[in-house]
Amino acid sequence: MGNYKHSVTLAKDKCKGCTNCLKRCPTEAIRIRNGHAEINSDTCVDCGECIRRCPYRAKRAVSDPLSIMEGFRYKVALPAPAFYGQFDHLNNINYILKALLDIGFDDVFEVARAAEIVSGYSKRYIMRPDVKKPVISSACPVIARLVSIRFPDLIDNIMPMLPPVDIAAKMARAEAKEKHPELKDEDIGIFFISPCPAKVSYLQNEAENGRKTVDGVFSMNELYLKIVTKMDDKEVPPLLSRTGRVGIRWAGAGGEARALSKHRFLAADGIENVIDVLEKMDNYTLPDLDFVELDACNGGCVGGVMTMENAYIAKARLLHLEKGLPLAVNWDFEEDYGSREIPDDFFTDEELTYSPPKPLDEDIKLAFEKRVRIQQILETLPALDCGSCGAPTCRAFAEDIVRGYVTEDDCIVRMKKKQEATE
Amino acid sequence: MSEPIRLVFDVDGTDFSAAGNASMELKKELRSLGFPRDVVRRTSIAMYEGEINMVIHAGGGQAIIEISPEEISVTLADHGPGIPDVSLAMQEGYSTAPEEIREIGFGAGMGLPNMKKNSDEMRIESVVGTGTTVYMKFRVA
Repeated sequence: MGNYKHSVTLAKDKCKGCTNCLKRCPTEAIRIRNGHAEINSDTCVDCGECIRRCPYRAKRAVSDPLSIMEGFRYKVALPAPAFYGQFDHLNNINYILKALLDIGFDDVFEVARAAEIVSGYSKRYIMRPDVKKPVISSACPVIARLVSIRFPDLIDNIMPMLPPVDIAAKMARAEAKEKHPELKDEDIGIFFISPCPAKVSYLQNEAENGRKTVDGVFSMNELYLKIVTKMDDKEVPPLLSRTGRVGIRWAGAGGEARALSKHRFLAADGIENVIDVLEKMDNYTLPDLDFVELDACNGGCVGGVMTMENAYIAKARLLHLEKGLPLAVNWDFEEDYGSREIPDDFFTDEELTYSPPKPLDEDIKLAFEKRVRIQQILETLPALDCGSCGAPTCRAFAEDIVRGYVTEDDCIVRMKKKQEATE
Repeated sequence: MSEPIRLVFDVDGTDFSAAGNASMELKKELRSLGFPRDVVRRTSIAMYEGEINMVIHAGGGQAIIEISPEEISVTLADHGPGIPDVSLAMQEGYSTAPEEIREIGFGAGMGLPNMKKNSDEMRIESVVGTGTTVYMKFRVA
């Protein structure tokens, strides 16, 4: 986890060095240095808040270009369920899936299908007598990052199950081979259509660490225009969708937890709410719960920064789309809990480890001296948390001074006072 | 020898939603200083229990914490009703918490025993009608 790669990048020429992203970064991973924003990759959790807040569009998430599809003979699209909420005047998911085929994919495999199965196995998982409660969902990659950086005592609460995208990728590959036995492994390209940079980073890091499941990740808003021009309502599309309400609901906040409604669950969305819940859990002030769904984005995955539409509008559309669909197509939620087995390949083999930000000093005695120094410096600072120095708070600034990154003179309020005193 | 880091928290007895804030702050502080996880966990559990006790029984109080690389000492001082029989209060399951507190999941009589279990040293000074002070020490192995 130490050198986790990120997909958020900065266009230096567009960045004005303002404090919008600086003040909104939930892990204080941003500093303004030499007139533009810098992200500390040790503490960035890929939540995308900086992209959302940047008024100059200087921050963006790098996904794969559509051209990488060309390297594959057989291309499968994996749309995240949030994709279905991006289109207006739609009463049938098949129009979207058909349009994906029209722009060059050979097949589609809905992530919602895998989500239904993951819901089924999650139900079994939380019934196991030996699991640490409450079980935290592993679907939003931001949460695992956040927990590994800030909440070491909660690492064992995270469900070690792979998120639906990985399961969908594995199933899609197997299905492609079954339909076309003549295809070799390298002929098949599996492409995820992502609502957020966190999933881009997650899948790229998985690939980097030998756990590759997809061959590329496309941004939802990049595909949107290509799709919307191909969508044609004159012709009734073929029946391509194979998901029910359980799968589609994963797109919105609380959707995953709702499939476990016979159990005690909590669902929180929005990075600040999520951190608040984790802090309460870490501090033993949560009620008894079986399952906790945490989504970094407001509204859940439909609120991802790679989506087109407002999260709540998208959610309203999804509610309309799910009407008339069966509860689930890929799992029998009426099952009894007789069989508790979960296939091994549904579990991640990644061992999540505690990776806190760099300590003030490796030597605890020196760390103490530095901590005392931070307090002394803090008392000389204006406590405005204005961000003009390039750090989000006076406290963070004092820490940066002690770490040797900046000097006290970078505080313009302090400088002004100093100047006035000498005049 | 460096001076210990001193933290002072006012525990508000009128705001139940703020109960637990001091232990959370302490936990963050200890983690950022690089204390071993076990020490962080023990200290914050005991501190949390103590904080809740001050809110439930004493209408709030003050928490004074001194942190040195070798040990953490916690002093919880309140001006509440005092504890008439400290050894009785230390028994697991003994509680004087009112019914409405038990209804929200507190008052199981495990607070003081938990504090004792998680600390390396604990001492209680209590005068009925004047208040209670709990001293705890946590040593880095």
